[in-house]
Amino acid sequence: MAEYVALLADVGLKHYLVVSGILFALGIYIVLTRRNAISILLGVELILNSAGLNYVAFSHFSTGQVDGQIYTVFIIMLAASEAAIGLAIVLAIYQLFSTIDVEATETLKD
Amino acid sequence: MDLGNVASLSLFYPEIVLAGTILVLTILDLVVANKRAMAYLGLAGCLVALGATVDLYGTEPTLLFHRMVALDNFSLFFKVVTLAALVGAIWMSIGSGEVRQVHLGEYYIVLLTCGFGMFFMASANNLLMAYLGLELVSLTSYILTGMLPHNRRSAEAALKYLIYGGVASGTMIYGMSWVFGMAGSLDYATINAAMAEGGGNQIALFMAFVFILAGFGYKMAFAPFHMWSPDVYQGAPTPFTGFLSVASNAAGVAILIRFFYPAVSTLGQEGAWAFQALPALQWTDLLVALSIITMTWGNLSALNQRNVKRLLAYSGIAHAGYIMMGLVVLNNDGLNAMLFYVVVYLIMNLGAFLVVMIVANATGREDMDAYRGLAWRGAAFPAVCMMVFLASLTGLPPMAGFIGKLLLVAAIIEGQFYVLAVVAMINTVVSLYYYWRIVKTMFLDEPAPEDGPVAATASAMPLLGALMVLTIVLGVYWAPLLDYTTGSLGFFMP
Repeated sequence: MAEYVALLADVGLKHYLVVSGILFALGIYIVLTRRNAISILLGVELILNSAGLNYVAFSHFSTGQVDGQIYTVFIIMLAASEAAIGLAIVLAIYQLFSTIDVEATETLKD
Repeated sequence: MDLGNVASLSLFYPEIVLAGTILVLTILDLVVANKRAMAYLGLAGCLVALGATVDLYGTEPTLLFHRMVALDNFSLFFKVVTLAALVGAIWMSIGSGEVRQVHLGEYYIVLLTCGFGMFFMASANNLLMAYLGLELVSLTSYILTGMLPHNRRSAEAALKYLIYGGVASGTMIYGMSWVFGMAGSLDYATINAAMAEGGGNQIALFMAFVFILAGFGYKMAFAPFHMWSPDVYQGAPTPFTGFLSVASNAAGVAILIRFFYPAVSTLGQEGAWAFQALPALQWTDLLVALSIITMTWGNLSALNQRNVKRLLAYSGIAHAGYIMMGLVVLNNDGLNAMLFYVVVYLIMNLGAFLVVMIVANATGREDMDAYRGLAWRGAAFPAVCMMVFLASLTGLPPMAGFIGKLLLVAAIIEGQFYVLAVVAMINTVVSLYYYWRIVKTMFLDEPAPEDGPVAATASAMPLLGALMVLTIVLGVYWAPLLDYTTGSLGFFMP
């Protein structure tokens, strides 16, 4: 047990940055490859949360103030409101097209 | 000066008036049956806020709310632009048949909130405030785009806008988090001090700036972050499309200039800015490339469009490329030309969308065929106005667009970016083709037997006439506007 605790003490800024980088890349990957609208919204959430993780990590390790944590709280709040609007739009899409596949809803072109 | 929360309120009254109008409208929406009255109240609120903003213009630059919001001539200039666009959009909405289908109370409340967010985009002095302002504008824009009921195009446009917007703003805050980590603060003044010492790791900082540029660029609709714009322009209600095309662009320009100039660069002698954050990398080369790609892509894509709203969307992308040219030269002449172009673009593009709305009201269509022989179908005045706006968008003298383009090109030639100047000239010639195809359709094509007369929307006529007169007057007597934009370059310097 004690060695695991000692291992945790070694976790530094770089570890957090790597995790958030991976989250960001996964988010972009999901947005680019998925066709289901809800999956794409989940990818957007991953991108937002990777940034949130970065703010908390930087705030803890480099500035020592709470402004980064506050930023993350705002990110969570805005992600929630974006999800609310996003789901409302997806519902409207489902009512009109009977599908939420983004490639099946192509009416806007010349 | 650096004011606290209560002391700031005395310099914050344009926002207070606008927020008050939004709240009053929210309550009235519950009790008033005649929703059209709400439009007039919204219009009155905007005009009062406009008066308050003009009244504040020229105050000593001040930081409000514990350095969160900057009050200077630059932010006041963009507030005036936003309010002018709001007034135009509400006026257009009053006459629009499309807007009549939606829940009018909510429509005006969300529209005003969108403008309110743009105030904060123009005046943010902190990375958190910049993000909040940008998201307030984005979220309200998604709602307004998808507002048309039982309309497939509107819902699809809203979904695309939401996805692109979510990714762009997520990318932007990821980039901002790196700037925060390297500068150690969210405040622009501290970031500036950190950048003056050489910033941090050059590659990391460069990536962070590119990511931030993605978020701002999505608001301005420049390539490669422009994909949303044609679909959203086509699907959204026309008055809101007009508002979005000019105000979203202006707010993007404002937030971009404030971040990349006062926050990151340092003003040196004779209005030249030193971008010292990336001494090892060629930042301006990236901007030149983006500008060239944006204007060329926009113009070439516009060539084959049959839907006029979609055509204007691609033309808007091309104009974002023209406006970007002012960023490249890193001096106040370039910024001045950008601000001038923002005002000119507001006038001419809002006018063009007004004519699109008038035709859509009468015929229910937006494609090029609806414009066949428009001048001979009882809509001679809108057709002539459209010709003026399109001539100005092309950049032909003696219209305002010519002066705007002249200032931009003069700035980049002075900065010796000759390739960019030549590409801009070639692009102007390309744009001549598709703009004048509309003019040819309106004046030279014979109306087909099935094309009925076009009844011009009466309530839109005063606005249309005013925009047309302004487009011509600013083309021959532009000195007052140029003085105004020069005076608006008074930043709050950290």
